[in-house]
Amino acid sequence: MNYVRDVGALTRKDLLLELRARDTLPAMLLFVAAVFVVFHFALPGEPSKLETTGLLWVAILFTALLGLGRAFVPEREQRTLDGLVLAPCDRSAIWLAKSLATLAFLAAAEVVALPLYALFFHHVGGATVAAVLLADLGICAVGTFLGAMAVATRARDLILPLLFLPLAIPIVVGAVGASVVHSPGRYLGFLALYDLLFAVVCWASFEFVVSE
Amino acid sequence: MNRSAATIEVVARTRIPLPVLAVASLVLVTTALAFVFFVAPNDANQGFSQRIFYFHVSIAITAYALFAGAAWKALRHLWKRDPRADLESYVFVHQGVIFGTLVLLTGSIWAKISWGRWWLWSSDQLVLFLVLFLFYCAYFMLRFSVDPGPQRANLSAVYALFGVVLIPVSFAAIRLAKDIIHPVVFTLKGPQFGGWILVTYCIAQVAVPVLAYTLYRLELSSKRLDIRLRDLREVLA
Repeated sequence: MNYVRDVGALTRKDLLLELRARDTLPAMLLFVAAVFVVFHFALPGEPSKLETTGLLWVAILFTALLGLGRAFVPEREQRTLDGLVLAPCDRSAIWLAKSLATLAFLAAAEVVALPLYALFFHHVGGATVAAVLLADLGICAVGTFLGAMAVATRARDLILPLLFLPLAIPIVVGAVGASVVHSPGRYLGFLALYDLLFAVVCWASFEFVVSE
Repeated sequence: MNRSAATIEVVARTRIPLPVLAVASLVLVTTALAFVFFVAPNDANQGFSQRIFYFHVSIAITAYALFAGAAWKALRHLWKRDPRADLESYVFVHQGVIFGTLVLLTGSIWAKISWGRWWLWSSDQLVLFLVLFLFYCAYFMLRFSVDPGPQRANLSAVYALFGVVLIPVSFAAIRLAKDIIHPVVFTLKGPQFGGWILVTYCIAQVAVPVLAYTLYRLELSSKRLDIRLRDLREVLA
């Protein structure tokens, strides 16, 4: 129960910080809208559903990357990560709380992005929404973990996309597959498996990322 | 300083000496080349160019083994706090990336001869190695943008462990990705092995890992020497 309370407190801290500073979410919203407009001009005419689905997932991935890049910036600027590590709670709670906060931002961005996509390009089906939900879990779990790694390096913002994109390729495969095929069960199952597998790995090894 | 000096002595006592390994890999690789070019028969369908496969497959399996070795050493670092494991894990990844690049090169040559194109997205093995190549290149970016010390060792080890999770997941993903456009059926129908083909393949399959291990040991000993030299300089300064 203590663990849940710790995670809750840490998540609340991040959400409150965003509510007051409004650093991340407006940037993500503006970014995803701008990306759609760029895509329209990058694919002139009437692009097929297959093509625009690919674009949707590129947009989601890059928007997530924007949010993930910001995730540990307050900790770095205010030097609070040391304090969090010293706090008498399990270190994995830091990762879980940060992932939940990033998940909230990404979901909020997608609440705007998906209708916008439907308006600009093609209808969004139920399978796509399910894929978005499952992919978000994987993106935030792995991305937050790598964000914590990247913030410990000198290159910081430069290194996160390099670490994240190779690991995100299976997510893209599962998500695009679920969005375009007739029976998406296999792809959704794959996404769920990815989420589970990497969530366990991240949860178990986060301690080593923040402590020496 | 004392610890690294002691480490070198222990390693020198317990393992096969490097010159023996070097001679063994020279003999094995030469034998493998001789068998590939002069003993193995031409493939009935694909002709002379099929011979690249003896090395392509052996190198690919060796690269997987090197990445697995990196993960094993990473686990030893995190779990047992083995002081040598960090450097060993790094050298395994380094050799793995070199052999992975060779897989991409030999696969690309094979694709050009067989299908007339340097790159084919339909080849699972090539695409998987491209993903792994990107992943492990990022390992170097990560490692070299952190100052040497326990944190760098931890971050590198955790990332190397991610690699062994990523390999099967990516393989499944690449298989699934092909089904999006046109379904393929996974078959276990292997090539017809037998006679000299099998012998040649086995020799190549032994030669390449031995070569890889020799290179691993060589790089490891030179890296350890570097560290020892730096320690000595610090003491003298």
